[in-house]
Amino acid sequence: MTHNAIGLTKADYRGAPSTLCAGCGHDSIASQIIAAAFELSLPPHTVIRMSGIGCSSKSAAYFLGRSHGFNSLHGRMPAVTTGAHLANHTLRPLAVSGDGDTASIGLGQFIHLLRRNVPVVYIVENNGVYGLTKGQFSATADEGQELKHAGVNHFPPIDVCAEAILAGCGFVARSFAGDAKQVRELIKAAFHFHGAAVIDIISPCVTFNNHDRSTKSYTYGKTHESPLHDISFVPHYEEIAVDYEPGEVRDVQLHDGPVIRLRKLNRDYDPTDRSAALLLLEQARSTNEFVTGLIYLNEHRPTLAETLGIGNTPIAALSENRLRPSREAFAAVMAELLGER
Amino acid sequence: MQSPQTVVNEFAITAATVNGSGSQTANMVLMRAIFQMGVPVSGKNLFPSNIQGEPTWYTLRVSQAGYIARSAVTPILVAFNPRTANDDLAQLPTDGICLYPADGLWQPQRSDIIPLAIPVRHILDQVGVNQRLRPYATNMVYVGVLAVLLGIEETALLTALRQQFRGRPSAVELNLAVIRAAQSWAAAEPSPAHGKYRVHRMQATRGMMLIDGNTAAAIGALTGGVGVVAWYPITPSSSLIEALESYLPRLRPATDGATCAIVQAEDEIAALGIVIGAGWAGARAMTATSGPGISLMTEFAGLGFFAEIPAVIWDVQRVGPSTGLPTRTAQGDLLSVYYLGHGDTRHVILLPGTMEECFSDAQMAFDLAEQLQTPVFVLSDLDLGMNIWMSHPFPYPEQPLQRGKVLSAEDLARLKTYARFADIDGDGIGYRTLPGNPHPLAATLSRGTGHNERNIYRERPDDWQRNMARLWRKHETARRLVPRPVIEINPQATIGLIGFGSTAPAISEARDLLAAAGVQTSSMRIRALPFGAEVTEFIARHQYCVVVEQNHDGQLRQLLQLHCPAHATRLGSVAWCDGLPLTAPFVRDQVLNCLEQMRESSLLVGTGT
Repeated sequence: MTHNAIGLTKADYRGAPSTLCAGCGHDSIASQIIAAAFELSLPPHTVIRMSGIGCSSKSAAYFLGRSHGFNSLHGRMPAVTTGAHLANHTLRPLAVSGDGDTASIGLGQFIHLLRRNVPVVYIVENNGVYGLTKGQFSATADEGQELKHAGVNHFPPIDVCAEAILAGCGFVARSFAGDAKQVRELIKAAFHFHGAAVIDIISPCVTFNNHDRSTKSYTYGKTHESPLHDISFVPHYEEIAVDYEPGEVRDVQLHDGPVIRLRKLNRDYDPTDRSAALLLLEQARSTNEFVTGLIYLNEHRPTLAETLGIGNTPIAALSENRLRPSREAFAAVMAELLGER
Repeated sequence: MQSPQTVVNEFAITAATVNGSGSQTANMVLMRAIFQMGVPVSGKNLFPSNIQGEPTWYTLRVSQAGYIARSAVTPILVAFNPRTANDDLAQLPTDGICLYPADGLWQPQRSDIIPLAIPVRHILDQVGVNQRLRPYATNMVYVGVLAVLLGIEETALLTALRQQFRGRPSAVELNLAVIRAAQSWAAAEPSPAHGKYRVHRMQATRGMMLIDGNTAAAIGALTGGVGVVAWYPITPSSSLIEALESYLPRLRPATDGATCAIVQAEDEIAALGIVIGAGWAGARAMTATSGPGISLMTEFAGLGFFAEIPAVIWDVQRVGPSTGLPTRTAQGDLLSVYYLGHGDTRHVILLPGTMEECFSDAQMAFDLAEQLQTPVFVLSDLDLGMNIWMSHPFPYPEQPLQRGKVLSAEDLARLKTYARFADIDGDGIGYRTLPGNPHPLAATLSRGTGHNERNIYRERPDDWQRNMARLWRKHETARRLVPRPVIEINPQATIGLIGFGSTAPAISEARDLLAAAGVQTSSMRIRALPFGAEVTEFIARHQYCVVVEQNHDGQLRQLLQLHCPAHATRLGSVAWCDGLPLTAPFVRDQVLNCLEQMRESSLLVGTGT
């Protein structure tokens, strides 16, 4: 059995068996989370699994079983994660969310989490549909898309990556659940980023949104993904294992038949240019393609704990003499209130 | 300046002014000066939901007997707001004194009162106050005039000014100049207003201080080890967090990094979410809000209850429903907070009624939240939170923080097995492991979904039922841990008065008024939910109890009737909410009405003495 640098096996990073539909993109992502954590030799107790409500959020139970976690409220995981970070900033939150959880009910919290720069690895498992409630549209569903029960969606999709860039997030990436290596490498890169990192992963819903006309289907994803690939900024990882080369477009045949087009970002793409990143997303939208890879990178913002001046010791671990005023300080305040000074 | 008709140390003043004109500062100087003379005072600020320009009233009660409820009648009116002057004048009793600016258009049209026109502009001209400061200085003019009429000592005024303008000597100087000019004018002005009401030095406030409940709570929270604060601004709770922010550097200096993180959240949902996340990760975390914020926090409150996460939530109550009266006081959130959340949710609530309790409850709430692993609510209100009250200085805590049942990695190594919700001690409370605990057994996925003893998602009916039964067991444990009610037994009494929170002074004074009317009463002030055994005992030993509270539906009475159904018909209700703190005569009259009704329905026999 293979052990990593801290002597753990891959099994030590597994979770409970998945109860999601067979073939669900979320399970592929869970596998890559496990692989990334194993390869990074993350001590499990230094990671906290954070999620909201939905199919994606359920998946928090399916990986990193030796890490603490909180499967919280629909759309409110960012607040819980913010609180956990303030209490113990030495823990690294790994958040899994969905398009309903992040872009619909939780859009406000998502943006405020990024604006405060809570150093979370935030994975959006984006399928454009509500699975657990049986197939309603989410806010990332395509305009004009048809679903069996929900009918036609008349509204434009919210672009999670564009929102993240505008909110000040310093690591914004997009990938496709079927591209295991790219997903894994992006997760590993995100763990090495000092700040909030968002990875929007198109994760087809095999049950409710895998029609060829949906841009969140395997068919579409594989035919329209246009990956921008430059993760050479990750100095720890020389080996960028992806199925195809940067700048290349590849059509991939999936197990259930559909073909999707992927376009990886070219090596010369500069992810540190905010305007260029937004322009790229806008161009991809107009050509109905998904660019995948690291879209935007800005390593210069302090984390929330840094902004608030939290020291090395987590607040949760402060001793009683630091959590209480000294007798002298307390007495001085009382004396002032009594008008004695 | 004194006649046999002089009223000493037992009167009240209403200052009617314009919001945003600095009148609160003038009123505070007046209040502090009388307090400095050792005479008990209380102040009620009736202010609008407005930044500048709307009418505002301040009622200052002076009572050598120590009565601090809002005064029903105020014989001295400062009519400095022409917009409300006619209505204000109508409230003035016969022989009352009405101070008003001589240079305004309004004049009091009543022959049964004592008018006193003050040449405000002339006095300010004398001092040479510039145009920008005039609106503020105007209010200091009535302070000077009242100081002469009431005989407020010079040293007391000076001390009050220095306390009010701490560290701003130029402000003290300017305001003192205005007060002195007004004093000179008033002393030379012949008026029957002289000598009618006087303040005589006493010793009743020695060793005491003036403070508001929000500041008391902030100092209490900092003393109680708060580590994470998340909030969203809302009247009347904002000043609690602002006080916390201002005292933080002095009480908990960041010598080696911040000892408390404060975040203004995007809304109240996020505020409680942050608190729940921080409590889960092991910090003492709190938020403060009011009714509308409580509504938004509902889902997280239920999660905290069910996932068993410590949290402290201050609800500084205001008048609802909806936006209601944002700047007026009420006790209308008791029922909704007790059951806040869908399904079978039930919370622990502390009910402070004094400044000392605002301070101590702020600490105890954290102890209880961590011991019981649950959100603990503290229900204050606008009257407690924002008005200034007399208080004894707060004691430095002598007990260590109660951090509850938390297992370390060493504990787990020793135990070799762990189940998050196993009720090992029979009190319904399991053992927590905090995130970051390196032991392989420590990790658990907290969740709002149904779970078994090991915190694993389960939908089995028996798992659900067993878990809920344990939560009710925990609620019974809470019943034993929360503060006891404050009970005063009058051995002659067959009538009991029951209340909670800021109505205590009105109820206490009403008991004296009732005794004067021949009705002896005992009293019980509820300090927490769930109710303990003493609550039932008190009700059982009285023939009839009247529950006095500031809401429409008698929420405390409803909860007491549920708690002791055998006594339900012997619980009367005085439930009233108009946004103003209750007065003692009102409580007396309502209690007498209530007793009369009970007599008519034969539930009460005899005179009730």
